[in-house]
Amino acid sequence: MEIQELKDIASQVRRDIVRQVHSSQSGHPGGSLGCTDVVVSLYFHFMKIDDEKGEDGFLKFSREGKNEDLFFLSNGHISPLFYSVLARRGYFPIEELSTFRRINSRLQGHPATHEHLPGIRIASGSLGQGLSVAAGAAYAKKLRQDDKLVFVLMGDGEQQEGQVWEAAQFAAHHELDNLIAIIDWNGQQIDGPTEKVMSNKDLKAKYQAFGWETVDLSNGNDMKLTVEALNEAKQKTGNDKPVLILMKSDMGFGVDYMMGTHKWHGAAPNDEQLEVALLQLPATFGDY
Amino acid sequence: MKKYTFTDKKDTRSGFGAGMAELGKKNPNVVALCADLVASLKLDAFIKDNPQRFIQCGIAEANMIGVSAGLALSGYIPFATTFANFGSGRVYDQIRQSVAYSNTNVKICVSHAGLTLGEDGATHQILEDIAMMRAMPEMTVINPCDFNQTKAATIAVADYNGPVYLRFGRPVVPIFTAPDQKFEIGKGWMVNEGKDVSIFATGHLVWEAILAGEILEKEGIDAEIINIHTIKPLDEQAILQSVSKTRCAVTAEEHQLNGGLGDAVCQVLSRNMPSPVEMIGVNNSFGESGTPAQLMEKYGLNAQNIVNAVRKAISRK
Repeated sequence: MEIQELKDIASQVRRDIVRQVHSSQSGHPGGSLGCTDVVVSLYFHFMKIDDEKGEDGFLKFSREGKNEDLFFLSNGHISPLFYSVLARRGYFPIEELSTFRRINSRLQGHPATHEHLPGIRIASGSLGQGLSVAAGAAYAKKLRQDDKLVFVLMGDGEQQEGQVWEAAQFAAHHELDNLIAIIDWNGQQIDGPTEKVMSNKDLKAKYQAFGWETVDLSNGNDMKLTVEALNEAKQKTGNDKPVLILMKSDMGFGVDYMMGTHKWHGAAPNDEQLEVALLQLPATFGDY
Repeated sequence: MKKYTFTDKKDTRSGFGAGMAELGKKNPNVVALCADLVASLKLDAFIKDNPQRFIQCGIAEANMIGVSAGLALSGYIPFATTFANFGSGRVYDQIRQSVAYSNTNVKICVSHAGLTLGEDGATHQILEDIAMMRAMPEMTVINPCDFNQTKAATIAVADYNGPVYLRFGRPVVPIFTAPDQKFEIGKGWMVNEGKDVSIFATGHLVWEAILAGEILEKEGIDAEIINIHTIKPLDEQAILQSVSKTRCAVTAEEHQLNGGLGDAVCQVLSRNMPSPVEMIGVNNSFGESGTPAQLMEKYGLNAQNIVNAVRKAISRK
């Protein structure tokens, strides 16, 4: 897919994000907007996904994902992004985004399998668990001699969880070179800038010391650079080491007043703020 | 009283190891994970026969649970193994989100449960794990009583689709159940039919209940003894049927009184058939170092304690 097409999809996904959060007056727009470009490029360009459709016209989905690339979202609070991408990619009706965080919805506050929403393979929200699950899935692909890749997206604040480092040592020890982890390095977390709350210090050196390959993505909100970084990461797979993409991003990217601050981590726009946001994000494929 | 004899004693964890060895031969989807306790969990035979299907996780239990969930997505049946303390409280949130809420087919199989791991003391003597796992939606909780039953339970949980917490122990205990028995998850096992009191026991306490039944018989008390190896889902029908006949009950478990088998039985009875219940278990305290027998005596978990509880329960009818 051309870069411009991916950018167009990203614009629509960003509209979906702010509209979902506005509608339910809850949710996490900041990280969702910041990670939009990488998740769009994964699902619409990079990942090998089985495009077979069921009788209902939506993508057939299996939790196993045999002979498919898999994506796990560890920082589950950016669920509005995940849901929009899955709906736009054809896993379930786009109109269902209007049920986000409402009672009796499949679109839970944080991603869940419990309501059987197609596209979700594991629940996430309690941080620090996604890398372990992705490592297990990558291990299973090796055992099954399935040569597809496993991706996992984590937050930078999430790197403060000890389990992340248990998983990092596991993946390196077992040479899971079919695993690509992405850290959304936006430098913000709930209580403020990450450097103030609990500094990550040199994440790149940390992962390298754990035995990982690393790829720098200087701007994860530049679609071209993002696709290039994914390509570089893929080229580094198959060499006995898991691969990390350190993705610098702007929390809230695409909506000017949400950028450069942690204040929109978990806050919803009011009606006026929504209008301002939507003016900055062209509707490219039609709103739900 | 039905006669129970034994010719051999073994640890229940060896029953787990024997079950795993058999599963390794017959089910290619079974994989074993361990957090640096391979010898304690008796996994040597499984690993020797199936080196590709064993995953060493090191001393990192939280990650082991997540890896297990990831493996389960592709149809593998991961058996995540460690000590009960490290496979329950230490990783509660990982089990809750990645296993139970996500309904991944992970079997959490834990040894050294309760007081009877002995000399290592209270840091390792988990007495709250049944309560934690019982409270968790989607979780099945099993606590078999001897080598043969633990082996059978291990094989049975591989055929069951869903999260399981399988709890067993370290000390050698009498083998009194049949080899190659059929293990039915959720079905109480009638040890002895009686009419004066119902004793519901689980794990190592089942043998103590049998010893208690023999003492009671000499006093003219005819005790019904039921082995509740599956604490969740609880065999409510067996409990109600028994108490409808005996009108009183004693529960016995190597676990805290709070939240364990006793609480589960009381919940069923209070809703359906309010009856006197006496509970044998650890009363709101931690354990300590000592031999298993010393600990069971000091904390009130042996046959004599069950006998005393039976007398009290009957007196309250």
